[in-house]
Amino acid sequence: MKTLRRIVRQATLWEFVTGFFLALRYFFAPKATVNYPYERGPLSPRFRGEHALRRYESGEERCISCKLCEAVCPAQAITIEGGPRADDGSRRTVRYEIDMTKCIYCGFCQEACPVDAIVEGPNFEFSTETREELFFDKSKLLDNGDRWESEISRNIAKDAPYR
Amino acid sequence: MALVDFYIYACRAWLGFVLPYPWAWILSQVTMILVFTAVLLVMLAFLLLFDRKVWAAVQMRRGPNVVGAFGLLQSFADFFKFMFKEPIIPSGANKGLFLFAPFLTLTLALAAWAVVPVADGWVFADINVGVLYLLAISSLGVYGTIIGGWASNSKYAFLSALRAAAQMVSYEVSIGFVIVTVLLFAGSMNLSDIVRAQTHGWFAFSILLPMFAVFFISALAETQRPPFDLLEAESELVAGFMVEYSSTPYLLFMIGEYVNIVLMCALMTIFFLGGWLPPVAIWPLTAVPGIFWFLLKLVFLFFLVAMVKAFVPRYRYDQLMRLGWKVFLPLSLAWVVLTAGWVMLFGRGTM
Amino acid sequence: MSEDANMLTAIAFYVFSAVLLGAGFMTITARNPVHAVLSLILAFFTAAGLFVLLGAEFLAMLLVVVYVGAVAVLFLFVVMMLDIDFVKLRRGMQQYMLLGFAVGGILALELVLIVAQHWSLAVVKAGASGVSNTVAIGRVLYTDYVLDFQTAGLVLLTAMIGAIVLTLRRRSGVKHQSGWRQVSREPADCVETVDIRPGEGA
Repeated sequence: MKTLRRIVRQATLWEFVTGFFLALRYFFAPKATVNYPYERGPLSPRFRGEHALRRYESGEERCISCKLCEAVCPAQAITIEGGPRADDGSRRTVRYEIDMTKCIYCGFCQEACPVDAIVEGPNFEFSTETREELFFDKSKLLDNGDRWESEISRNIAKDAPYR
Repeated sequence: MALVDFYIYACRAWLGFVLPYPWAWILSQVTMILVFTAVLLVMLAFLLLFDRKVWAAVQMRRGPNVVGAFGLLQSFADFFKFMFKEPIIPSGANKGLFLFAPFLTLTLALAAWAVVPVADGWVFADINVGVLYLLAISSLGVYGTIIGGWASNSKYAFLSALRAAAQMVSYEVSIGFVIVTVLLFAGSMNLSDIVRAQTHGWFAFSILLPMFAVFFISALAETQRPPFDLLEAESELVAGFMVEYSSTPYLLFMIGEYVNIVLMCALMTIFFLGGWLPPVAIWPLTAVPGIFWFLLKLVFLFFLVAMVKAFVPRYRYDQLMRLGWKVFLPLSLAWVVLTAGWVMLFGRGTM
Repeated sequence: MSEDANMLTAIAFYVFSAVLLGAGFMTITARNPVHAVLSLILAFFTAAGLFVLLGAEFLAMLLVVVYVGAVAVLFLFVVMMLDIDFVKLRRGMQQYMLLGFAVGGILALELVLIVAQHWSLAVVKAGASGVSNTVAIGRVLYTDYVLDFQTAGLVLLTAMIGAIVLTLRRRSGVKHQSGWRQVSREPADCVETVDIRPGEGA
């Protein structure tokens, strides 16, 4: 009996037919994917994306060239040269470069920073056409900070209660 | 029919004043072939998109939707991408044969369409041995694969080409026997006559129905569509005999493959679903041009092929060979005998 | 008008013949064995073209299906897989050259004699009797030559059985897969749902 049932099922391609209708059900099911460039999924406040160097509200850059981020960076992607600034002699960075091709987005730099200067912002769409464009220098990082300041400060405020 | 005939007539009559007859004849044929090929390839571009969209829909994805409205121009974007890429020819490859193989594949795939009647009288070569011509062309298709695999000078491509050739040769046998049953029913090897023999009922609704299923599955194996795409299994094997191919030569292989798939759909339409004939011969349906019915059936079959890709898991190689030689071959052979007996007792065609 | 059509046929004939002769020559002179087989295939193909020109389209298609589609594929398989050292094979060539030319010469002489005696060079078209030549061949094959046809079939069957018997090996101790058993395995045969309470499992 069991064998007979099997033969009938195989001869009528039963599993093929049921599979077809199952696939048809999924065919008309609502899409599970997000229509990406037009729709986006939610991002956590802790999301670690493109780096940015922040400023104080006065416009003064936060970074004091302590080089803690350079020291903690596991990928050794950060290069800093410090020195006195020309006009007031305060300790600032002369060079602050991140090699984004090396960076592993671990977030240690922002954890290490005592003044919340280097942060990883919410931006993840910074692909470039050449490799050279991914060697971020200080002006690029400060630009990022200016562009993303509102999002970054909101994310830091949201995350603050858990720290 | 009228349009095509008028065109040929016009070409020969008008050009006949300026050109000697053979040149007018060649010119009219060549332009018609070019127009047909262009239409076929444009249709193919949309069918390719359709294929990807169906596959995506079953997996609850959206599929290509950025280039043009609903991604309608995706295939053309891909076409230009392939065209402008750098063709890489491996060192140590047999250069001439390496470039010849994709050309051969595409040319043969397109050549087979010469005998396919897309509507009553809309056919380039209405030859008496149309079916044999198709068998001959499809048996030549193996060479594109073998030559491509061998000329790449790569072990993987070569091994894959051997397996591909074995697969195609195996399933050609059962396809041949299935076609014999159709020939017995239709009593002709002319494709147009086969369609006309189905005026009173399609062959799919007769004792040939199981052969329709066998032909469908064999066609998948013959064109190396999933679930029988085990030699180019994109998730694990990259591309089989095409590993070394890039840019335009690869494009030719890919177009050739899709032309073959659409050709198989067209053949199933002609052999089993009554070609250009409407489902029932009553007035509003008979007024619709035959090409419409033909395309409707063709797209439906292509939809089935695309769906199979989405929901059937890939076969193992030994399962593939078992199915071809131990299931389909005896089954189709037995059906040839059965059909012959049926034709002897009850006469040709559907009852 | 028919003269023009004849001209096209003539052009096609000379093209096919030239390619056929060239491909045949390449087959015996090509250094690379794969090229030789490919030339052979081209020769088959152009021969089929010549058949079509003669109006024997059934024979032409059979030539392509059987020789190009099946036999030559196997040739190509073997030639591609085997590592044939043609230099070694050619070593004894001069020894056999004379014999080869003698056999070839006799064959050519026979052909010339037959053509000169029995054949006229006028264009002979098949299918003149009004039926397609598939039907014509079928009628002759299954009436006048039915005995020869069936005998040929039997010879082929014997050859097939012989090939199978020669290559079939039954080895013991080899694990075979049974397709039927694999396909007919069902969840009920191999999966058991057990409800185990915490702390009571073995």
